[in-house]
Amino acid sequence: MTSAISIDGVSKRYGALQALDSVSFSVEQGEFFALLGPNGAGKTTLISAMAGLARQDSGQIRIMGHDTIASARDARINLGVVPQELVFDPFFTVREALAFQSGYFGLRRNDAWIDELLFKLGLTEKANANMRALSGGMKRRVMVAQALVHRPPVIVLDEPTAGVDVELRQSLWDFVQELNDAGHTIILTTHYLEEAETLCSRIAMLKRGRLIALEDKDTLLSRSAKREVALKLSGELPASLAPWHARNEDGRIVLSLPTLSDLEGVLTTLRGAGLEVRELSMLETDLEHVFVSMMSGEKI
Amino acid sequence: MNGFYTLFKKEVLRFWKVAFQTVSAPVLTALMYQLIFSHVLRSHVDAYPGVSYTAFLIPGLAMMSMAQNAFANGSSSLIQSKITGNIVFILLPPLGALEFFAAYLLAAIARGLLVGLGVLVVTAWFGLPLPAQPLWVLAFAVLGCGVLGTLGIIAGIWAEKFDQLAAFQNFLIMPLTFLSGVFYSINSLPPIWFAASHANPVFYMIDGFRYGFFGQADISPWLSLGVVGTSFVALASLALGMIKSGYKLRH
Ligand SMILES: Nc1ncnc2c1ncn2[C@@H]1O[C@H](COP(=O)(O)OP(=O)(O)O)[C@@H](O)[C@H]1O
Ligand SMILES: [Mg+2]
Repeated sequence: MTSAISIDGVSKRYGALQALDSVSFSVEQGEFFALLGPNGAGKTTLISAMAGLARQDSGQIRIMGHDTIASARDARINLGVVPQELVFDPFFTVREALAFQSGYFGLRRNDAWIDELLFKLGLTEKANANMRALSGGMKRRVMVAQALVHRPPVIVLDEPTAGVDVELRQSLWDFVQELNDAGHTIILTTHYLEEAETLCSRIAMLKRGRLIALEDKDTLLSRSAKREVALKLSGELPASLAPWHARNEDGRIVLSLPTLSDLEGVLTTLRGAGLEVRELSMLETDLEHVFVSMMSGEKI
Repeated sequence: MNGFYTLFKKEVLRFWKVAFQTVSAPVLTALMYQLIFSHVLRSHVDAYPGVSYTAFLIPGLAMMSMAQNAFANGSSSLIQSKITGNIVFILLPPLGALEFFAAYLLAAIARGLLVGLGVLVVTAWFGLPLPAQPLWVLAFAVLGCGVLGTLGIIAGIWAEKFDQLAAFQNFLIMPLTFLSGVFYSINSLPPIWFAASHANPVFYMIDGFRYGFFGQADISPWLSLGVVGTSFVALASLALGMIKSGYKLRH
């Protein structure tokens, strides 16, 4: 089956800045995929290249098999993008904005679908309100609707919940989940890692324009902090355990162990050194954790 | 075709919703020029034999207003969309360069023609005759708006800030439209100004447009048509090239 998105050796410079550095990966049809990375990592630049808003210096991107440059038309028809910046046209109402967006894609008589989108996104009552009069969250919903007017098989959401209240976030995710269940491929970037953790099945991490991780969420989680142990000791950590010392956290010493069975050896060493273990806990594995350690350059 | 039509409709609605500023205001401005200049210059300037100065003034004012507003339409729409960021809604769909250009161009022409018609209607009682050659009137109205509408698209794509666009407008469009024989026949000018006027495409638009009303003008309407038509083709190719390459629109 054709990949929903295939990215092959994509690089992009802005002056001296290498915004994307030979990034390659694919997203398969039906996936719920997260693209993570700190601010400035190049996520939006990569999305812009997918959407034809920016042009890569080298490399190739295909949307449902269509090259974003050579077959721009087909690539764009297959892609719906919710941009990161909150943008709107202050001249028009919600319904006008959606009707225009639909028309740009060459669709006539799309009212039934537009009504459904308005309903699903809780915008029905605002349909005839001017875009200017909407709150930020409402504007964001309209942007989601605008990205979906042409029923694209591949949907990209660039930080759709930044600055959006909790209630809307939840209803937005329910809707996006529904789209994914209906077969749409979803790619999202987010600052809220727990969102990526609960929703996504596969995760790519970008750092300074480079792809530094690309894995199933479960693999990523299981390979990581499961082996981290936090200790409170009556004295200093013995020098022989220093190689395992990861960091200190809330006055506790965090050790990163190659395997869980190494814990036994650690306890023996501590006992031998005459140290009392006042507290011992295994650290929860979460994406936040994995993310921080990946971004600080540690190998997991 | 439908994508083009939607963008065209959106661009027309955009100025129509604020028609008070985009159509009525320039018509009022032109009416004031007409009142003032016809009063001051009535007895001093002799335009063409058998054509009163007040009548002579009307087509020039109409064309000047058309030109300025055709320019303003595309340029202000594009710069606003670029600065607020909502241009993405036009860049994301599969609109071709020609569709994009034609939609902005025709909306600019529509606004220009509407303003021109408004100016003619409110000033006609100063003695404007019915057009001697209506086809020339129409041809120069449409082509004149087309040239300035295209310049507006180019300026709107090129400018990154409002003050860059204002500079373009104040230092290029205003001189071109004002120093184009709107208020006088260029035959009455000193030689250097006479020559300079011939390098100004807006002069040919106005002269040709006038020919349509009075059946006489400073130069042949065919020459004017040639100059205006060539300007349009050259500017349209430039604008299309810019849009196709993504210049300042796609990074
Ligand atoms: N149009 C542009 N011109 C110059 N630099 C840019 C432009 N767009 C993005 N950048 C730079 O490229 C880098 C990546 O930005 P971006 O893709 O927005 O990151 P992210 O979305 O991951 O936060 C940043 O350093 C940003 O400043
Ligand atoms: Mg971003």
